[in-house]
Amino acid sequence: MSNGGDSEANNVRAIVIGHGDFSAGLVSAVDQICGMAGRLVGLSMMGLTPEDIETAIRAELARTGAHVIFTDLPAGSATLAARRIVKEDASMVLVSGVNLATLLDFIFNTAVSPSEAARSAADRGKASLIVVERS
Amino acid sequence: MGIHLYRIDDRLIHGQVVVGWGQPLNARFLILVDDLVASSDWEKELYRMAVPPEMDIYFADVDTAIREHARYAADPRPGILIAGDTESMHRLAKGVRAIGSVNLGGIHHRAGRAEKLRYVFLTPVEEQELRALEASGVEVTAQDVPSARAVPLSEVLEGQSK
Repeated sequence: MSNGGDSEANNVRAIVIGHGDFSAGLVSAVDQICGMAGRLVGLSMMGLTPEDIETAIRAELARTGAHVIFTDLPAGSATLAARRIVKEDASMVLVSGVNLATLLDFIFNTAVSPSEAARSAADRGKASLIVVERS
Repeated sequence: MGIHLYRIDDRLIHGQVVVGWGQPLNARFLILVDDLVASSDWEKELYRMAVPPEMDIYFADVDTAIREHARYAADPRPGILIAGDTESMHRLAKGVRAIGSVNLGGIHHRAGRAEKLRYVFLTPVEEQELRALEASGVEVTAQDVPSARAVPLSEVLEGQSK
């Protein structure tokens, strides 16, 4: 699944990949909030071998020029595939455990490098997890 | 306790294993049986980082897993053994003669494989290995997640459940 055609590829800042329709849901939520889904490409790894997952991520990184990969679970196949890519290319950055707050921070933070934006976004995502209990 | 699940899964360590099966089984250790992974420090580190802190992970090639199987099986904690392909599990089962059942968790599409289930694609050689495994007394079923029905091998090979 892709959320931007080739003509829009230059706008893409990150790949989002996860289990099931996770990435489609997140990208859709980003679009509903700020209309900037074109800055993300969502991929699903349903039915793919580990090799196919890695190939799909590499293809989208090459097509779009993005340098950041967001994945859902640290233990997921997409995260393992992304780790292989980051190992080979020091310009790539992986953030696992992505949530909506992470993505929103990332797509608006355009004044810094992808790596800095990814770190900031990860911090925002962690801070967005709160527990509210009736006292 | 010991090994509660023997699983063939070409993704090896991933969400379905660590969370989907690991949580309900309360798994506290994983054994990853794969000749290639066992021979690479980087691959081992990659998979080690994917495992939550409350789980131990052991790496073994098939020969080592055969030698160490009794020790794994005697572990007082519940564990999961994963092999990446039918050939490795078949060799392991022949070597230890103590495996009662094997779970087909994910063998995905690639050239030469035919679809049997949404998450099980097999070559003719892989089909033969699974038939041989079952003929040796090992129950073989396909079940990607615990809430799914365990599909018997005969039904898997018919391809009627896909």
